[in-house]
Amino acid sequence: MKSKRIVVSIWDNKRFVVGFIMLMVFVILGFIVSNFSPYDPRSWGTVPEELPPSFKHPLGTTSLGTDVFWFLAEGIKNSLIIGLVAAVVGGALGVTIGITAGFAGGTVDRVLMAITDTFIAVPSLPILILLAFLFKGRASIIVLGLIISIFSWSWPARQVRAMTLSLRERDFISMAFFSGEKPYKILFVEIFPHVVSWTIANFINAILVAIGQEATLAVLGLSALEEATLGTSIYWAMQYQAIFRGLWWWIASPVVAMIILFVSLFLTSKGLQEHLASGRS
Amino acid sequence: MRFTKYLISRIITYFVVIFVSMTFVFLIPRFSPIDPVAALIGRLTAQGSYMDATALEAMQKSLKETFGLEGSIFEQYISFWKRILAGGDFGPSYAMFPTSVNQLIRESLPWTIWLLSLTTIISWFLGNIIGAITGFRKDRWYSKVLEDIAMVIRPIPYYIVALTLILLLSYIFPIFPMSAGGSSIGVKPSFSWIFIKDVLKTAFLPALSLIIVGFGWWFLSMDALSRNIGEEEFVSFAEVKGLTENEIMFRYVMKNAMLPQVTALALSMGTIFSGSLITEIMFSYPGIGMLLYRAITSADFNLMMGIITISVFAVATACLVVDILYPFVDPRVRYR
Repeated sequence: MKSKRIVVSIWDNKRFVVGFIMLMVFVILGFIVSNFSPYDPRSWGTVPEELPPSFKHPLGTTSLGTDVFWFLAEGIKNSLIIGLVAAVVGGALGVTIGITAGFAGGTVDRVLMAITDTFIAVPSLPILILLAFLFKGRASIIVLGLIISIFSWSWPARQVRAMTLSLRERDFISMAFFSGEKPYKILFVEIFPHVVSWTIANFINAILVAIGQEATLAVLGLSALEEATLGTSIYWAMQYQAIFRGLWWWIASPVVAMIILFVSLFLTSKGLQEHLASGRS
Repeated sequence: MRFTKYLISRIITYFVVIFVSMTFVFLIPRFSPIDPVAALIGRLTAQGSYMDATALEAMQKSLKETFGLEGSIFEQYISFWKRILAGGDFGPSYAMFPTSVNQLIRESLPWTIWLLSLTTIISWFLGNIIGAITGFRKDRWYSKVLEDIAMVIRPIPYYIVALTLILLLSYIFPIFPMSAGGSSIGVKPSFSWIFIKDVLKTAFLPALSLIIVGFGWWFLSMDALSRNIGEEEFVSFAEVKGLTENEIMFRYVMKNAMLPQVTALALSMGTIFSGSLITEIMFSYPGIGMLLYRAITSADFNLMMGIITISVFAVATACLVVDILYPFVDPRVRYR
């Protein structure tokens, strides 16, 4: 029995549209434009040093003889990859654990939630710092994403469990259960679709958090420093005192890029959540 | 009776969290693909920093102890805990030999605590009061403008706001010093007016960036909470009863919306703490964050272990305190 309701398109949500369009610009910059770099953006001394923005170097060049624009494009790509890895691994773990706990109940639920609550409460930054410190120089982009995902599953797990509990009480689940469906089938056929929409919004949020954490580690000099990421762009600019030496384009470019990227991710996930909330009767 | 039960469960959680965190801290160096002792000594000598024989010897001895590389892993684990529980002696700092790690932490901690507590309180109160007003009067123009501004601010990490402020207020409009460590050199810490003025001037920018981000965060959640409560029946009832708008806003809406905000405060302790660490580094503010940065750049493992342990304890304890106070704030609390 589906009640008829007026379907509002996601494209009517202003926040989502603005966020999504900005996000697409970043995706195109990172995954398509960055491939057209005339030289390896990471190698030093490929361009004249410390030039202000010009037609040839749209965002200027650094003291290391790298081009700010191409380094940034490459950095956006890698930061997005780190975010995706952490969000996929953390999200998959979180949803699986949350659904299992909510559906199994009893001892399984208690044990899983005890672990989850601990992970929520454990101060993650100090432990990430310790990990990154020992990996220093060896962490690749993917490994960084994995390190960050260690702490990105717990909060989703808790929320998915709460959702599963409320779904469990609904009629169609009991119906399926009493008609002799197998539990795992109920899990994935009946419950999962309900959790999917929420998962997407959460997924975007996880990307945002992971990119922020990589940049935090980078500020401490603990990211993959020989790779280009948004965090390492800021790190090198700070190492070379770009602000104090008047090379504002070097430091301002990654900072502004990061602000726009964060705002676009946030608006996208916020818009999605609003859209979902209005769609539920 | 129920409160006692709640209290006990909270205290158990507290110890579990500390136990698990510290077990991580113990295991990570042992499972890393790098031999930590060799790596650290290698890094120190690579820096070409001159260390005299006593320092080097003391360092190797304390490295061996820190990593507890003698005995089985279980024995190592026991002695690791013994060290922490025996008052947490983390040995000497390598970078600032022979000063003890504990003394360095003792000197930095007050700076961080007062910066953190002050900014948290200010942004929490501001965000709650203004959020309640805009959430309750959701159709006014200023509500919409504030919401949009907060939407933009909220997702931005602390240090990006910090960098933006430095660019704006030190570089484009040179109002504040670029970077000064807490108080200018030559000014001794004391309760003199000069010292206080000095501290305020250097703490202003880091504090401002923490308040800006914190405000965006608290404001948005309070705004959403107030909107929902404003649609409840008892609010409409109060309107029918003829109470003024202000009475309804503060006595009905705000009172009820505050409760989840207290919980959120406990949950966000960790985030606020990490945010302040990075902010301190940006502004060379002489707190724990700056100390940690020095520990990392000079591969001062003892100092790092000390700070990380303190962080774990501090964040867990702050959460516990807020959790214990919560039932006193919310009369309807269900002791889980």
